[in-house]
Amino acid sequence: MHRIVVLGGGTGGTLAANRLRRAYSGSEAAISVVDQDDRHVYQPGLLFVPFGLAHLEDLVRPRGRQLHQGIEYLVDPIDRVQLADRAVHLASGRELPYDVLVVATGATLAPEETEGLTGEGWMERVFTFYDLEGAEALAKRLEWFDAGRLVVNVVEMPIKCPVAPLEFCFLADWFFRERGVRDRVSLTFVTPLDGAFTKPVASSRLGGMLAERGIELVTEFNTGEVDGAGGRLVSYDEREVTFDLAVVVPAHNGAAYVTRSPGLGDELGFVPTDEHTLRSKAAPEVFALGDAAAVPTSKAGSVTHFEGEILVENVRRFLAGLTPDAFYDGHANCFIETGFSKAMLIDFNYDTEPLPGRFPSSVGLPLMKETHLNHLGKLLFQWFYWHTLLPGRDIPGVHSAMPERGKDRRAETKVETSEEVAP
Amino acid sequence: MTTDTIAGTTVELNEEGFLVDPSQWTEEMAVELARREGIDPLTERHWQVIRFMRQQYEATGSGPTVRVLGKTSGVPVKELYQLFPKGPAKLAAKIAGIPKPRGCI
Repeated sequence: MHRIVVLGGGTGGTLAANRLRRAYSGSEAAISVVDQDDRHVYQPGLLFVPFGLAHLEDLVRPRGRQLHQGIEYLVDPIDRVQLADRAVHLASGRELPYDVLVVATGATLAPEETEGLTGEGWMERVFTFYDLEGAEALAKRLEWFDAGRLVVNVVEMPIKCPVAPLEFCFLADWFFRERGVRDRVSLTFVTPLDGAFTKPVASSRLGGMLAERGIELVTEFNTGEVDGAGGRLVSYDEREVTFDLAVVVPAHNGAAYVTRSPGLGDELGFVPTDEHTLRSKAAPEVFALGDAAAVPTSKAGSVTHFEGEILVENVRRFLAGLTPDAFYDGHANCFIETGFSKAMLIDFNYDTEPLPGRFPSSVGLPLMKETHLNHLGKLLFQWFYWHTLLPGRDIPGVHSAMPERGKDRRAETKVETSEEVAP
Repeated sequence: MTTDTIAGTTVELNEEGFLVDPSQWTEEMAVELARREGIDPLTERHWQVIRFMRQQYEATGSGPTVRVLGKTSGVPVKELYQLFPKGPAKLAAKIAGIPKPRGCI
């Protein structure tokens, strides 16, 4: 009987374990999932919490209950993985031997790595919405923030869901307009990138959308210090951005046990992984998916979802003595909430940047256009997340490989000008 | 892509001025590439970073980000910005003749 151990009961671990459970009978494989707690957070929902559009109780469910019958679920912090012995050591002292290990422990926030960030003013005038506590505290603060300079700052890439800070800006613009105080609140987006986003066509489009909304864009700003008391972000090259309220996306690391496991991770605790087969570079029987994997695409739920299908196929091939040759193309797909009950959809992979057109085919949802339909898509996605994606079922019409049909390739080289849907 | 002569060797550079073939790189080229970026002379601290970038590239196939450099090169981030102003990871990669770090997606 194969022993499969899955580290992490979040998006990637849950959907991988459920797919594996369906692939093998109880007598063919024993599957265990380990996580340090029993709170599965619907992370895309965190964006809405600061604006009172979502509440914590709607976003959290028990991890164990998302797993199919016949999967052992252990709540126990991971001490380390001993690759040479093919065993996982848990904090309780328990040891889990494995034939295949799936690493899906995501990314963790590292606010303490930025000077001053968790110092004076943290959770008072400096917040993050990237965890439950931060998102909720920020909601309370935004309720009575009605004048001053709000700065949204990404400290360093990579981060989870690279469009989320932009969505926060768009929603903040909407939020303050609705409350009639937008003329008294200035909004600034401060990023280490050289534009609003990483991929050229989308970066130009999103940059234009910030400008239309009167949101200032500060680029190539590498935050060296957050001075909460003085209300300043200071970059390593000694530029300053002042603020009354700062919403900071801290640097990310992999899970701490990865760094404690000899040979498993890189300097930041992410697991070097073949970007197409999802097999780790650490050992042939170790696979990784989701935010935990160091592969050159976005750290996002859609990526994890698309990876899951490929990873499970390759685990099966490996256990059958075959070469794991199922191929992930880097497919990512994000709804970008743009405020006023509209959203924009982008779809891309390792080789193809986000392009206009429709998804998944010429009669599907509009790509790179703000529409109400995409907003409904984003809201509906939460249902699909719990009921289709986590159980490891396919979403109709949505597959791992990026769909080519419906994409407008003419946009590829030129930079899009405006074809705006005014808010 | 453009063709250029750097320290007596004909090489190809991409649109952003990065060496297309990292194996063509020599230490003499680094001196000239640095001069073109306004860094002259290259001090021992610069070399420490450049050699580290080469090692990392050879070991992992890509250059490290600033945070990784700060953690592992022995040169703190603040000093990296003094040595290679604006974007240390990008600029040091260019001078070290390796591709632009692709950490940011």
